[in-house]
Amino acid sequence: MAKKIHVTSTINGEPIEFLCDARQSLLEVLRDTLDFTGAKEGCNNGNCGACTVLLDGLPVDSCLVLGVEVEGAKITTIEGIAREAHLHPIQQCFLEDAALQCGICTPGFIMSTKALLDSNPNPSEHEIRFQLSGNLCRCTGYDKIIRAVQDSAKALSAGVERGGTKATQPDGRRAAKKQPQAR
Amino acid sequence: MKDFEYQTATTVDEAVSLLAARGERARVLTGGTDLIVQLREGLREADLVVDIKKIPELMELSYSPRSGLKLGAAVPCYRIYDDPEISRAYAALADSARIIGGWQIQSRASIGGNLCNSSPAADSIPSLIVYDVICHLAGPQGRRTVRVADFCTAPGRNVLGRGEILATLEFPPIKKNSGASYLRFIPRNEMDIAVVGAASWLQLDAAGERIEKARVALAAVAPTPLPLTAVSEWLVGKPATSETFAAAGDMASLAVKPISDKRGTVEYRKHLSGVLTKRTLVIAADRARGASAPAH
Repeated sequence: MAKKIHVTSTINGEPIEFLCDARQSLLEVLRDTLDFTGAKEGCNNGNCGACTVLLDGLPVDSCLVLGVEVEGAKITTIEGIAREAHLHPIQQCFLEDAALQCGICTPGFIMSTKALLDSNPNPSEHEIRFQLSGNLCRCTGYDKIIRAVQDSAKALSAGVERGGTKATQPDGRRAAKKQPQAR
Repeated sequence: MKDFEYQTATTVDEAVSLLAARGERARVLTGGTDLIVQLREGLREADLVVDIKKIPELMELSYSPRSGLKLGAAVPCYRIYDDPEISRAYAALADSARIIGGWQIQSRASIGGNLCNSSPAADSIPSLIVYDVICHLAGPQGRRTVRVADFCTAPGRNVLGRGEILATLEFPPIKKNSGASYLRFIPRNEMDIAVVGAASWLQLDAAGERIEKARVALAAVAPTPLPLTAVSEWLVGKPATSETFAAAGDMASLAVKPISDKRGTVEYRKHLSGVLTKRTLVIAADRARGASAPAH
């Protein structure tokens, strides 16, 4: 066994050092060494996106990145996007739109959504479906997820328009909940 | 996954000497989206993994209309389609880069890695072939160049020798009145391996009516990505019309000798070869006449 390698990186804004074997994926390091268990192991081969984290701002499958490769890099995980007691607007929209059932895919979807809305604040439905094609959900179908992303885009841009005020109320609820449409 | 030694090379010479010392037991790591899966699933073994992403030459992406495009072998796919000028100039390359896996894969995976993985179904290789890309290799015996059409030798195999790496891909400057396109067929909307892939490149006359030069290449219809030389030659001098492109598609269907596997039958792949050849020729001609690539 080769000796463990020392790695320094920034995770959710905090400088972090860890030791890992060369063969360990970033996902294994996050979950097993650093206790960031938000990123999930789904397929472990780059198909499902449940392990998505942001690496220097870009979404990656953390199962396909080696722990040793993130020396000097900035990583954002699902644990890093809520602010204190308040869910991130994307998390809030996924919750309110019931865009999850078992929840295994949800952290990955939320991280990909964050990357999408950071680069494209007002995506079309086609753009949302295309950019989130690397995330699979086997429970809900995708319609509610797409709706949650659209609502997240609205919530985030409303937050910006109001001079940076939060899209959520202090208790974490969104200000206005639209009525579900009659079917 | 079995443990291995990990080394980061910062120069091409360092990577070559590390790799040459270990031969088959050493593997090159760029995006890792093929290699890590292959190591984990036991499809390949390695005692040493050499990360070449810290080599500046291999991360270079530079373009000028006069000198063409220089694409370092480790440049991830997203950098290609994020660059509007490069996406416009080399639209078929951008077509490929946008559909290799999903966004998470494109953040890491490189076109060079797609070529070195040498899958018959690789989405980038038909585009590289129709642009007549020159591969710059570096090895223990020094540097050499190989035309991309000659790079792959069998499924998963290529011309790279012991200790040899792909350093850069050189795209010739864009010719006037030329355009190119890549399309693949998959049974899903995204995130799948091509049943058939097709790239076409056309150079038209100044009026945009007659074909002066053409290149067509297909993926997943042969043990290696396949240049359709006879179809390409037949197109020269023909009017750039839908009738011509349909006839080229019919020729492509007859020219390929695919296999049946879980992704499609021989008959299906022959049919798709024709359809995709025709469609990519239509798009290539539109782009040669100045149509811009659609944004996804």
